[in-house]
Amino acid sequence: MTTLTIDQNKYVCQTGESVLDALLRENVNLAFACKKGTCHSCMIRSTNVTPPQSAQSGLKNTLINQNYFLACQCYPEQDMHLKLPDQSDFYRMGTVVTNELLNRNTILLIIAFEDAFEFNAGQFVNLQRSDGLTRSYSIANVPQQSNTLEFHIRRLPGGKFSEWLHDEVSVGDSIAVSEPGGHCFYLPERHEQGILLVGTGTGLAPLAGILTDALAQGHTGPIHLFHGSREVEDLYRINEMHQLAEQHPNFNYTPCLSGTKIPDGFVMGRVNDIVFSQFTDLKGWRVFLCGHPDMVNQMKKQAFLKGAAIADIYADAFLVAQH
Amino acid sequence: MSNTLYERIGGEPAVNAAVELFYRKVLNDHRINRFFENADMDKQIAKQKAFFTMAFGGPNSYTGQDMRNAHAGLVKVGLNEDHFNAVMEHLGATLTELNVPGDLIAEAAAIAESTRKDVLGK
Repeated sequence: MTTLTIDQNKYVCQTGESVLDALLRENVNLAFACKKGTCHSCMIRSTNVTPPQSAQSGLKNTLINQNYFLACQCYPEQDMHLKLPDQSDFYRMGTVVTNELLNRNTILLIIAFEDAFEFNAGQFVNLQRSDGLTRSYSIANVPQQSNTLEFHIRRLPGGKFSEWLHDEVSVGDSIAVSEPGGHCFYLPERHEQGILLVGTGTGLAPLAGILTDALAQGHTGPIHLFHGSREVEDLYRINEMHQLAEQHPNFNYTPCLSGTKIPDGFVMGRVNDIVFSQFTDLKGWRVFLCGHPDMVNQMKKQAFLKGAAIADIYADAFLVAQH
Repeated sequence: MSNTLYERIGGEPAVNAAVELFYRKVLNDHRINRFFENADMDKQIAKQKAFFTMAFGGPNSYTGQDMRNAHAGLVKVGLNEDHFNAVMEHLGATLTELNVPGDLIAEAAAIAESTRKDVLGK
């Protein structure tokens, strides 16, 4: 018999009873469907212990790493603290220390915290305004001593939150930040594996974090970054990426433009077309895709068909709020 | 032999190996890939795993009615015998490629074949 804790509430899990069955018996509202470990509907997270291995079978390794598990397959061996998917996030206050333009429509926003903020490079957080308006943004930096989070935020026409960040937020202002989420990040394993990073627009943010992390952790395999937009004015960090490529022989950077004006040093075309004209076989590669949802979904399928294993494809599609 | 086909084929690791191979074949087949056009890849892979587990006679909770409900929308947009045959073709080719013995392939094919009426809503 073990105890399951959710917030302040404690529930008993009988011997031979799954976490899902225990919670359902206790009238805790948790989504589920097949109860066979196939549909992944009942995936939840342990915040205190590593779940039994059998409850994590078939999950992405970045989910396993964060102690996600399938409630229907979990017969606890010790007391567990649980976090359900719909449980409200814990927010803490940070202070804006930088708000400056990266290009004509994208700002670099840096938020500092008093204590360390734990996350994996490539994850996202929710930012919340005092009236409750909330949006998700990818973190662009790697965890470090300075306790800061860095974001690249594009001004969306009519976008309430991005216009507020661009026009009204200044250095010294406070902003509420949720716990990090998402499973699109680098794990330090298979150092010799090829890594393909493809992003459009501010999709560079999580990719830049993942890239920095992989290089810092001594990844030795080839790393290729493709960053695409329509016009050169909508790309950013171009010089920094070229410099990184000079410093690291295994890192390769290709800026891509889908518009008509193509300066020297840029490749013409849509980023997915360019990538797949250069990479015909992705067997054994780790692939990270971030940016426009259509691009991400299309590339996910293409990468899979080119031989990348589904477990090696990490994607973060931007969800764009309509108002 | 008392072992189930699922165990004899190699259990969950065998299913995982089969699913990726199979799903690539399906997505590359112009006869049937339109039925998968708007599907989320990760969810599809999970469903294919369930399909293979069932075809191998492994633990599954699918009833004839589930198969009917799941495919009703596709039947409306034209899912027919030819498409079912194409999927059976890929199932056989996948297992052959994984060096599963012929008699086991035949067993798996027979289980998959038994869902034909429900899948096609007949």
